[in-house]
Amino acid sequence: MISITDITKAFNRGDINEVKALTGVNLQVNDGDFITIIGSNGAGKSTFLNAIAGSFSIDSGRIILNDDDITRWPEYKRAALIGRVFQDPLLGTCAGATIEQNLAMANTRGKRRGLGFGVKSKDRDSFRKKLSVLKLGLEDRLKVHTGLLSGGQRQALTMLMATMVRPRLLLLDEHTAALDPKTGGMILDLTAEIVESQNLTALMVTHNMNQAISMGNRLIMFHRGEIVLDIKGEKKKNLKVEDLLRRFSELRGEEGVSDRMLLC
Amino acid sequence: MGFAYGLMVIGVYLTFRVLDFPDLTVDGSLPLGAAVSAVAITAGYSPVVSIFMAACAGFIAGAVTGILNTKFKILHLLASILTMIALYSINLRVMGRPNITLLGQDTVVDWFVRVTGLPSYISTPLLFGLICLVTVVLLIWFLHTEIGLAFLATGNNMQMITSQGVNTDTFIICGVGLSNAMAAITGALVAQNQGAADVNMGVGTIVAGLASVIIGETVFGDKTISRALIAALLGSVLYRVAIALALGLKLGSFSITPSDLNLITALLVIVALIMPKIKQKIIAARSK
Repeated sequence: MISITDITKAFNRGDINEVKALTGVNLQVNDGDFITIIGSNGAGKSTFLNAIAGSFSIDSGRIILNDDDITRWPEYKRAALIGRVFQDPLLGTCAGATIEQNLAMANTRGKRRGLGFGVKSKDRDSFRKKLSVLKLGLEDRLKVHTGLLSGGQRQALTMLMATMVRPRLLLLDEHTAALDPKTGGMILDLTAEIVESQNLTALMVTHNMNQAISMGNRLIMFHRGEIVLDIKGEKKKNLKVEDLLRRFSELRGEEGVSDRMLLC
Repeated sequence: MGFAYGLMVIGVYLTFRVLDFPDLTVDGSLPLGAAVSAVAITAGYSPVVSIFMAACAGFIAGAVTGILNTKFKILHLLASILTMIALYSINLRVMGRPNITLLGQDTVVDWFVRVTGLPSYISTPLLFGLICLVTVVLLIWFLHTEIGLAFLATGNNMQMITSQGVNTDTFIICGVGLSNAMAAITGALVAQNQGAADVNMGVGTIVAGLASVIIGETVFGDKTISRALIAALLGSVLYRVAIALALGLKLGSFSITPSDLNLITALLVIVALIMPKIKQKIIAARSK
């Protein structure tokens, strides 16, 4: 259960370049919810995810995850509860470390790190088992530096690492946007599989309307730092791309100016 | 000489390569270590205790740089320069005068000569070599532990390791502190070996450290972290040998003087930096 109450965030406050990125966002997420988030560029989707993850402190409002008020927690402390996959495939893994070292680091997420060996030989079998699920042959390349892997392979590894210790909340920020369609599709299938099998609560930002409709059980749309649409359950199942496009153009009409939107 | 400065070079390797934090504090923390050690010895403390005190002082100096960078968001290079110039005044305060002689005082070097019974020209390098070796072995072990892995990742991908629940600020502060503790121990050892601490003995430390790291990487490779650490240590020895050779060089009436050292160091680093590229070109040319 995550409850987000009236959070606001402005960048460059008091400056002529002030940007109101979030203007009072409220959201109640139930356990097991898989919510897809859409919206035009600059609508506040990524800012919203970053606010939950703690990349910056919010100006006002509260974020409560299960029973913990995490509003003032620093990012590294929240990481114990939150798994993240970024748009940039290079951000999620450590290029200078080997695959097994990366997995070992993910395996200690939110736990106390000690002076025992980072990669324990008893862990290697479970690492191999987990990697074989990806069907990328990475299970035979435990000692390869991740810097040598492709973007898709690294993103698949990040997906695995983010969910290695079961997160209370999984944040996916356009995690397939930087990949080619085939690899992106593979990552998406993997996402659905992991979320399903571990019964995770997840938020996924995407620019792809089809993805937003086909994945998850709930869809929200951001516009100018607010949630303007919240569709769940049966209604979401019957949702069509045209409905969303109509809603988008309505918003655009209200504005009177057409800001560039990425609609695929 | 090469081994005496080996600890400092390993410290520079830790900040410069592992943490990706160009740290000039060492120019101040090396004489700080020398100063603290010299003052402690003249005050009657044992030389070993004085080295420990020097290490603590160095750690604090490094931690200050780390805190300036992480908590107050000052650019790492600038933060380290600030600490470095502040240390110049602090070192003068610690010593009370520009230099302290340790002649007639018992030092670790004297102690080691007595224990081994070897002449000092053998036992001194042996002592420094042993200290460096133990440190390298300890570091290699440390960098393979859970904490060590997080330390490596802090310099490599800060966002990733933060997302895995690591407080990178703490790691940077402790890492830069550790590096400067090693520079301070070097200062203490060098002061005890040459029998004097001088406020200006730190000038050019960072350049020598970087030169050694880069020469080591170029000559011995940096494929794995263990290899890179040993390469840094050997690079330190190689650097001192190269400097000694350059100083002995005579071309007719022209000979190189100590005042040319900075130029030589710069040339050495340049050669070490372009060597890998030349190597690649030769390999590429051959395979055609």
